[in-house]
Amino acid sequence: MISMPTNPPAPLLSVRHLSTDFINTDGQVSHALEDVSFDLYPGQTLGLVGESGCGKTTTMLSIMRLLPSAGRITRGEIILDEVDLLGISERDMRAYRWKEMAMVFQSAMNALNPVVRVGDQIREAILIHNLMDRQNADLRVEELLDLVGIARARKEQYPHQYSGGMRQRAMIAMALACKPRILFADEPTTALDVMIQAQVLELLKHIQQEFGLAIVLVTHDLGVVAEVCDTVVVMYGGKVAEYGPIDAVYNSPEHPYTQRLLEAFPDLNKPGESLATIPGTPPRLNALPPGCRFEPRCHQRIPICSQLNPRLLKVGEKHVAACHLLEQKETTH
Amino acid sequence: MGSPPLPMLEVNDLYKYFPVRSSLADWLARKPARYVKAVDGITFSLEKGEVLALVGESGCGKTTIARTLIGLEDQSGGRILFDGKLVQSPERRQRAGLVPLESSGPGSQQQLIFPKVTMKRLRQQAQMIFQDPYESLNPRSTIFDIVAEPLVVHGIARPRLERIQRVKAALEDAGLRPAEDYFLRYPHELSGGQRQRVVIASAMVLEPELLLADEPVSMLDVSIRAEILNLLRDLREKRGVSILFITHDLGTVAYFADRVAVMYLGRIVEIGSTHEVLKNPQHPYTQALLSVVPVPNPRLRRQRVILQGETPNPIEVPSGCRFHPRCSLVVERCSSVDPTLQIVSENHQAACLLLDEGPK
Repeated sequence: MISMPTNPPAPLLSVRHLSTDFINTDGQVSHALEDVSFDLYPGQTLGLVGESGCGKTTTMLSIMRLLPSAGRITRGEIILDEVDLLGISERDMRAYRWKEMAMVFQSAMNALNPVVRVGDQIREAILIHNLMDRQNADLRVEELLDLVGIARARKEQYPHQYSGGMRQRAMIAMALACKPRILFADEPTTALDVMIQAQVLELLKHIQQEFGLAIVLVTHDLGVVAEVCDTVVVMYGGKVAEYGPIDAVYNSPEHPYTQRLLEAFPDLNKPGESLATIPGTPPRLNALPPGCRFEPRCHQRIPICSQLNPRLLKVGEKHVAACHLLEQKETTH
Repeated sequence: MGSPPLPMLEVNDLYKYFPVRSSLADWLARKPARYVKAVDGITFSLEKGEVLALVGESGCGKTTIARTLIGLEDQSGGRILFDGKLVQSPERRQRAGLVPLESSGPGSQQQLIFPKVTMKRLRQQAQMIFQDPYESLNPRSTIFDIVAEPLVVHGIARPRLERIQRVKAALEDAGLRPAEDYFLRYPHELSGGQRQRVVIASAMVLEPELLLADEPVSMLDVSIRAEILNLLRDLREKRGVSILFITHDLGTVAYFADRVAVMYLGRIVEIGSTHEVLKNPQHPYTQALLSVVPVPNPRLRRQRVILQGETPNPIEVPSGCRFHPRCSLVVERCSSVDPTLQIVSENHQAACLLLDEGPK
């Protein structure tokens, strides 16, 4: 999670032009994701940010191929180790899920089974993948609990006996059970206090350094992203609005949406400054505006925005943004 | 000496202990009753038109204070003055003998010299905004009924036309325009930000003088959070309403509180003007809290003081300074001497033994 200037040569996971639709019972189609692309490098942390309903969680579920039955991936490639995960069978996918890519689900409160001891839940994750026998699995559970900082004796306890922060740690332990290379964390700190949030982020950082994990952090908290991520993907209405190295995106944001999001975040170092707001609400995915999806809420819109969807344009080293204003700038040069 | 204007709210040595249910074995063994010391001797005041932020981790007692102030809990001791008038426990419960008529908890004071304010009156003038806009609205009521309900309860604006006017004005002040469009809608038809606006509208419809806002933005997305914070700031500027703002996020505190009180385990450990406390924090706990606030700038990543573990159980409060088991600057005296608030500067107090030893 520490930003390193060196760029590892090959991405571990490449997402290319991923598009996902949801079809509701009336046959209505919602384009939940459209043309989402990004690369994840080993040992790095990528932040997926955006408001509720912008497709962050759908992106993650699409990559894991865990979409609910209404969801369909319509286009794209997800390349891990030169294998396109969208082209393999469900049976083969099991070799990747949890062993290569694991997930820390949102709201640890609801993701743990309330009537099974925490230790048993973690052990189940190990046994189900036939990694080892029961005895060794028990040892592994203790190892994992040590790793995430939960006292071994507490494996006998039930989730309700854990605090919010500890449940989140237990979820992380479970995700690490099969030593994955990629960890998806969906809003891992959202319901937690600042101090516990800092503890959980510190833990993720520690685990990353120890195992060289690549982490995808899904959150709406720009502060958390600034603290821990190396690269960031800003999503809006199911599309990538801006994608680039953390420093570039935060210090020279090119998309009006990113600019406004950053201005809307209360900053301890700038007390009393008025906060920017973004009027309106995110678009409904079954009634998307015809042009740029952000156009109805954008403070810098120009006529073309309501007609044409902007392309992603290169604005810097590995930094892209999708906005017509950039296109205009480019043509005038 | 001209008397200064009365503060909106004056809280003096407030205690709130919750009894812990003891087992039969404990009872037979005559073990003393145990208490959760949720609020353990709090003193502060809130001026008219001022915003005071109460900051702390879960379980530090900040919500209990708000609930006690508005009479949802009975205080175990201490004195609450609302606009110079004494806040009493609900009379009904007093009559039933559930609460001693004269508070006899720790820190009880002579209470008879103050004029009193009834709960009903208090709740008309002080309103609470709860954390979760998804759970604090009745899903089966229309927005009109939700916002009009406080008027009905208090028998205000009885004529129908006047009531509609009041509801309309409240919704529009809360940024829901045109208000008529919302009258007949239900909470599930609204987004999170709109719901929180409805919550604020129904709090403001009575034109209260004090708002108790319990984490009003922590469940909301960043862009909506900014809207709600701006709205609260406008209300305060236009209406001069005093706000007690409860939060665990120092970032939002910096944005709009005049003063901030940092709480730890039922006590205020540092209190002062927002500028002073954020720029020159004296208590190690405040320093730690400040260091973990996410700053939206990757160039400002810094060394964070991450406290290990969680807030201790408020049943068995540590001896001496209650923060000492988690404090990085702990010295020997800390485990035996309980520090009191000391004056750091004119608008700034902190409770730490290290303050005796001059500037760190």
